[in-house]
Amino acid sequence: MNDFSSVLFVFVLATFIGLGVIRRVSRLLYTPLMSLTNAISAIAVVGSIVVTGADHPLTIRILGAVALFASMTNIVSGFMITDRMLKMFKKQ
Amino acid sequence: MHLIGELAAVLATALFIFALYWMGDPKTARRGVFAGVTGMTVAVLATWMQPEILHHGWIVVAIIAGFAVGIPLSRVPLTAVPQRTALSHAFGGLAAGLVGTAEYFLWLGEHSAQLTPFRTSALVAEVILGFLTFTGSLMAAGKLQEVRWIPQRPVTYPGQNVVNIGVLLVAVALGVVLVLNPTAPSSGQIFIAIAVLALVFGVLLIIPIGGADMPTVISILNAYAGLAAVAMGFVLDSKLLVTAGALDGSSGLILSIIMCKAMNRSFTNVLFGAFGKAQPALAAGEQKEWKQESVEGAAQLLEQARMVVIIPGYGMAVAQAQHKVRELYDALTKRGVTVKFAIHPVAGRMPGHMNVLLAEANIPYSALVEMDEINPEMPQTDVALVLGANDVVNPAARYNKGTPIYGMPIIDADKAKTVLAVKRSKNPGFAGIDNELYVLDNTWMLFGDAKAVLGDLVKQFGSGGIH
Repeated sequence: MNDFSSVLFVFVLATFIGLGVIRRVSRLLYTPLMSLTNAISAIAVVGSIVVTGADHPLTIRILGAVALFASMTNIVSGFMITDRMLKMFKKQ
Repeated sequence: MHLIGELAAVLATALFIFALYWMGDPKTARRGVFAGVTGMTVAVLATWMQPEILHHGWIVVAIIAGFAVGIPLSRVPLTAVPQRTALSHAFGGLAAGLVGTAEYFLWLGEHSAQLTPFRTSALVAEVILGFLTFTGSLMAAGKLQEVRWIPQRPVTYPGQNVVNIGVLLVAVALGVVLVLNPTAPSSGQIFIAIAVLALVFGVLLIIPIGGADMPTVISILNAYAGLAAVAMGFVLDSKLLVTAGALDGSSGLILSIIMCKAMNRSFTNVLFGAFGKAQPALAAGEQKEWKQESVEGAAQLLEQARMVVIIPGYGMAVAQAQHKVRELYDALTKRGVTVKFAIHPVAGRMPGHMNVLLAEANIPYSALVEMDEINPEMPQTDVALVLGANDVVNPAARYNKGTPIYGMPIIDADKAKTVLAVKRSKNPGFAGIDNELYVLDNTWMLFGDAKAVLGDLVKQFGSGGIH
């Protein structure tokens, strides 16, 4: 139980940090913000790696591999398109 | 090895927070991407190195497949960015749902002691959020891409909200049953039933939503995808996942609130209100006529102005007119006209959509002005050029309680000395309401595709048609 309460603790603190940091994000950049946070939340990839790579039954690993593919797609396309958009923002 | 994993998670968490911090300013924003990529690489490698990972071939194949699909998805035209974003929310939801399903059946089969009430609740939350985000976002992406078999206009039927909420309630109730008895003989079927209901709910949730609500809906789906990742973090006891999910979730939450405020509507109203139903025409007592302006006349008005404010909307995106806008911007600024762009928060189909399109056309971001900052300048504006925007400039939003957009903050285009409105057709906008702006005394219409009209306007300046 102790473990769960510490994870809950992290969740609450991370949400406050998130609200504080996102509030400061320039309104110009909401579209790239969304693709960036999307790529970051694809950190779910670490869960998929464990499910896919560990010595589990085959069906479980297939589910993991599809999830890994989906997360990896988000990581690659998310970071790349964010950078592509941000490159376009020029002051003058 | 375990220690390395923990340290990598802390490092990745810090880098993710910095990534978002640097998004505060366009000057530092690209550093944010670098920080994000570094954090992700560190976390992936540290996980991969763990001794329990044995099947490396599978991981390599899935990662290569992710690159193969991800790279083309990152090169879509910028007008298609809303669809791509919705699709990536779908992938995020799918990953969470599948990992949750895999973990549940793994524990059910081998380590049922792991299925504590807390963990089972987190699993249920992960699967419901993950799968509803998956199908909901796929539907949203389909509507945005204008896929033929997904209706663009909101689809409503009597009792819709009862059905929708009913499906969700049944899923949650089954979840409670599962938490109370996670290893009963029928629990496998119950789990699958929850997953299926969540998939169905995602579709039902998006069916009644129209294009004008997409900025809000995409933001809400973003929050759900983040929360699904948080739930996965609870299931796997991973603080890194919880943190990253919470960052994503809070970003989605803030954007949803901003979008709702910008439309003067509540979450529940967006999700259950079926905005964009065709409204019965209001008492047609004083039907006024539009006044049409020629391209030559419009060019003259623009050339003689000191300050021009361009108000872009979804019509600009549809017509891919942003590069022509840039040519007009160049032609006018060269003649000493001050040109600014007024950006309504919900213009387009996702938060920030207009900014990205204009930035793509090399318009400096210092010329992009938010609604609250431009409105005080509108009375001093000589020409307001409305470009494919509609509801966000409709003065009826200020006082007409009969319209669905009543109370929505608008860009005060009508206060400019002259209004030029470029419009594709004489049909009403997405909300299905007539726009009073178009029949005001100081408004002149230019009918046609935004790109074609702007092209003609620019020609007037280029060929010396104006002296």
